[in-house]
Order: sequence, then C-alpha cells, then structure tokens
Amino acid sequence: MTEFDFSMIIAGVVAGAAPIVLAAIGETVTEKSGLINLSLDGSILLAAMVSFVAALKTGSLLAGFVAGALVGAAVAAIVAVFSIFLLQHQVAVGFVLTLMTRDVAYFIGNPYSRIQGPHATPVAIPALDQLPFLGPVLFSHNLPVYFSVLLIAIAWWYVYRTSPGLRLRAVGENPQAAYARGISPWKVQLLHAVGGGLLIGLAGATFSLCTKPGWGRPQGAEGAGWIVLALVIFGGWHPVKAAAGAYLFSFLQVMGIYFQGWLPSVPAQLFQVAPFPLMIFTLLIMSFAQNESVRRWSGNRPRFRIFLRFFSGLAPAALGKPYRPD
Amino acid sequence: MIVRTLREIGVALVVVFLFTTLVLVVSGAPPLQAYMVLFQGSLGSWVKFTQVIKVWIPLTLCGCGLLFTFRIGLWNIGVEGQVMIGAVFTTWMLRAGGGRPEIAPLFIAASLAASVLGGALWAGIAGFLKTKGGVNEIFAGLGLNFVAQGVLLWLIFGPWKQPGVASMSGTETFPTELWLQAPALLRIPPLTLGIVTAALIATGLLLRHTRIGLELKAIGSNPSAAFLYGLRPSALMLLAMLFAGGFAGLAGNLQVTAVYHRLIPAISSNYGYLALLVVMLANYNIWLVAPVAFFFAGLNVGSIQLPMLLQLDSSLSGVIQGALVLATLGMHGWRRIRLNREQAKQRL
Repeated sequence: MTEFDFSMIIAGVVAGAAPIVLAAIGETVTEKSGLINLSLDGSILLAAMVSFVAALKTGSLLAGFVAGALVGAAVAAIVAVFSIFLLQHQVAVGFVLTLMTRDVAYFIGNPYSRIQGPHATPVAIPALDQLPFLGPVLFSHNLPVYFSVLLIAIAWWYVYRTSPGLRLRAVGENPQAAYARGISPWKVQLLHAVGGGLLIGLAGATFSLCTKPGWGRPQGAEGAGWIVLALVIFGGWHPVKAAAGAYLFSFLQVMGIYFQGWLPSVPAQLFQVAPFPLMIFTLLIMSFAQNESVRRWSGNRPRFRIFLRFFSGLAPAALGKPYRPD
Repeated sequence: MIVRTLREIGVALVVVFLFTTLVLVVSGAPPLQAYMVLFQGSLGSWVKFTQVIKVWIPLTLCGCGLLFTFRIGLWNIGVEGQVMIGAVFTTWMLRAGGGRPEIAPLFIAASLAASVLGGALWAGIAGFLKTKGGVNEIFAGLGLNFVAQGVLLWLIFGPWKQPGVASMSGTETFPTELWLQAPALLRIPPLTLGIVTAALIATGLLLRHTRIGLELKAIGSNPSAAFLYGLRPSALMLLAMLFAGGFAGLAGNLQVTAVYHRLIPAISSNYGYLALLVVMLANYNIWLVAPVAFFFAGLNVGSIQLPMLLQLDSSLSGVIQGALVLATLGMHGWRRIRLNREQAKQRL
C-alpha cells in the first residue's frame, strides 16, 4: 500500500464519520442531562429527507442544513416534552418516534426519490491542504466535515470547562441536588435535548447533502442512529471517546470493502453488526467495574486495572430516570 | 379500564385521522382515495382478509409475550431478534427433516418446540445480562437484535445458502410436506389459529389467575417493596423474559412454516417492533391486544397496494400506527397531569 493510498483511506474515514460524529456528540450531550433520545434512527432519516427537499426547492444548501437541524430539534423536543411535562416513559416515546419519523420520511419523500439534487462540494483550506498527508486527510473536505471535527473540541470544552456544562452534568447525575442548588432540571434537559437534536438533525442533513447525496428508500442512513446509540455507550458518555468510536466504526466500514475481498463468503451486512456486541460488552465491563469485589481483585493487577479504566465511563446516574419533584 | 382505553383510542383515531389527512395533502395525494385503498386492500375480499390474519397471528403472539415483560416493568425491545432466532431454530429443525416425508409432521412439531426454545434462549441472554450483568435490557435487547440479524444473514449467505448462489431471496424453499397445510377455502393453516388462541388464553390465565401473574405485577408496580414480600425480582424478570422470548420464537416459527416456507433476511418483518406499539396502544390490556393487532395488521396489508394504485409509499401504515400510539401517550400524560393537580388541590 503506497502512502498516497493510505492518506486517501484516512480521508475517507474522516469524511464518512462526519454525520456519525455529529449525531454521537448530539446524543451524548442529550444523555448527559439524563434524557435518552431513542428517536434518532428515525429522526436522522427524516432530517435527511427534509434537508434534501429543502435544498432542492430553494437551491440553497444552507437552507437544507438549517431545515434538517430544525427537524432534529423538533423531534427531540417532542421526546423531551412528553417525558418531562406529560410524565411519559421516555424510551416509549423515543421508540414510537423512531419508527414513525422513518415512515413519515419515506412517505413524504417518495416523490423525491432518486432525483439529482444539490450536494456540498469540498472546500480545500488554502495552503494547509498542500501539507503532505494532513492536507488530504484533514483540509480538503466539505464544510460539515470540518464542523464535525471542530465540534469534538467544542463539545469537550462545553461539557467539562464551562458552567452550563457543569450544570448539565449536575442534572444528569443528581437532579434533586441540582434542583436544591437552584438549577431547574427540566429546563436543562429540555435545552440539551433540543441542542442535541439540532446536531442529530445536522447529521441527517450531512447524510443526504454530503456523505450519501440524494434521497431514496433506502437512503443509506438507515441503521446509523442505532449505531450512534451504541457508540455513545461505547464512549462511556464522553464526547471525545464517542467521536473516537465513530472514527473507529467508519474505519471498519471503509476496511470492510477490503475485508470482503479477503473473506468473500461473509456478507457486507455482517460488518454493520460489529458495534453492537461491542456495546453490550462495554456495558458489561462497566457494570463489573462497579463491583466492589472486582475492584479489590484488580487492585494488584495493574494491567487489568488499565483495562477497567478504559471502560470506566459511567452512565449519568439519573439517565433514563425522569426527575419528578416530590 | 377497558372502556376508558377504548374511549381514548377513539379520540386518538380522530386526531390521527386529521393528522394523516394533513400528511396526505402535504404529499399531494388524494386522501379519500388513499383511505379507500387501505380499506379495500385489507377487508375488500376474503383473500385480503386472510392476508390480514396472517399478519395478525405473529403480532398477537409477540403481543402476548410482551404483556409478561411489560407487567414486570421490563422493556423487551429485543423481541424483534427473538422472532428471528425462533425462525432460525425452526429452519434448523426443518432442514434435518428434509427428504423424509413420512415423518414430516414430527419435524414440524419439533420445530415448534425448537422455536420456543430459541426465542426463549435469546430473550434469556438479555434477561441474564440484565439480572446478573447489570446491563439495561433496552440496550442489551437492541444489541442482540442486530446480532440476530447478523446470524440470520450469515446463515442465509453461508452454511444455508441455496445451491448455486446465495441471495437476499433466502434459503431454498422447503418441500410442501414441511409446510403447515391450509385448506383451499380457509387459506390459513388451522393449527396457527389454534396456537394463537391458546396463546391468548394461556397469557390471560397466567397473568390474571396465577401467583406468577400476581408476583410479576407486584414487582412491576413497586420493585423495592417486592423484596419485603420475599419475592425474587431477578428470577421473575428472567421468567418474564423467557415467556416473552418463547412467544416471539413461536411467531418466528409460523413465519417460516405457514408464510414464507423458507428463511429470508426479513423473516421477522418488523413484527416484533410493531407488537411493542400494539401493546402500548392496547394499554397493556390483554383483551385489547388482539383487536389492536388486527387493526395494525389491516393497515399493514392495506398499504401494500398504495405504491401500485396511487404511487404512494407503503409506509403510510407506519405513519398512522405511530401517530396513534403517540396520541394515546399524550392523552395518558394529560390525564396524569390532571390527576396530579386534583390530588394537590385535595391536599390543600
């Protein structure tokens, strides 16, 4: 493999991961507040459809991205309102919405299937794109791809270095205590569900205007939402680790083409399944790492301790448990 | 309870009718004609009606199983994968019986048992992960659904591929002696109707008239107090999962023996996920599971002809089903808020 090939592969990984990174960070931020937005597999598709149609009708890519982001935010807001104000099971609402938004997308998007539409073109960053290796890998992409890379740093900074981020984590860990401190858990959850939803919608727009341009049934974004849910867990609810998981997944997908050459009897769909056993395994290790006897046992086994620490990410303590004032 | 739920479904139907009409108008489709196609395509003839029943059967079976897990407060989203593994175990058993027509009924019976075992095994993994591994059943179930899909694809494209070339059309069709036979007029194998009736009765009896049903409910409504009564939540959770998986596995079996007569990648047809919606809309009431499942099955079958007759996507059924459940969830929420307010007033 020549060096040129390799940088092309990595550039493909960075570009292909862009929507997954956007959605994974959006979902991580939402779940940090204690709310699970299970709707994202459907809302990504609906956002993809709406942004493709919006861009097609207005001729403006920007309008497409804005429309997609708004759709993601609207669906997330429904999950949040049903869970917070109507006291409904958030997983139930998210689940219904994930099926329903997908079907709405297919139904309304039907007349726009398989037609040529606008799509984003790469914008090379002057001078930097001439760098060897880094140029093609990082500086010759579409704008959403740049944004996805920047977002990793922004999300980390927001969650761990700002006071709204601190309030976000406080609500996700212990809403009662946060409330006693004068923070409204409902407001924080609603805001972060909508904010995360904007990013999830943007992920959909990135699919249909960038990564897999166009609309159809199937669009190609099917299943991405479930993978994102798995990656959020794999990343231990840490935005940077979740993004790393997204790149790993994208790498596996790109390499899947090569794997298929080596193992022709294995269908390509099988590689799509890979993140899910990994997700279950991560959850299992996380749960075991909490176990007192396992901790004691690992006390004088440094290698095992490092292994545990890698998976030590913990779900926000109040994840999935709605805050109800007494 | 039933009357209130029915009234709520009625209100939801009106709301959703308006919503769906709006969706149809937005997509430039003639609403009246679309509704006519839905009706004609599901209840317009005896043949259509039997097709609806063929969808109703797996939906109802999965719904019965889900009543057990919902009763104890578990969200068995893994039901989809349990249907797939039930179908895989069925195919496995039937393949062993190929070429021996004289004892074919024996293998069909064995496949029924195997499917229950397979579905229960798959649900048991999620249950075990939940009770012993501390893994949330929703994430475990979702993950296992995709693993089951992987197993299914691997089998169809690998060890069980058709002679010649593997394809998405599935494994080779079984010889007719391994099909569940249907009389020409009825078009539905009577055995499947027997199974689904038995499943409904058994579920009703188990949940309402046995100790197990009572204990499931006790834990579901108050997990921490159950401990005081000497109940073991984890054992009962596992039991509920096994029941749910068993029923789902049975649904998978009938998809193979009574509908497709082979294993296909989409063997579960999303019926597991749809059954979750059915049970939610039925408000976890056994009496309403069968009629709601029938309505959903009718929508599914009725929408098949939308693309051909009106150039619309068949996903209209999913839009209506989802909107219905969402509307009823909203109404439940509204009722709870009002109840809370009244209680707060009484306290003052």
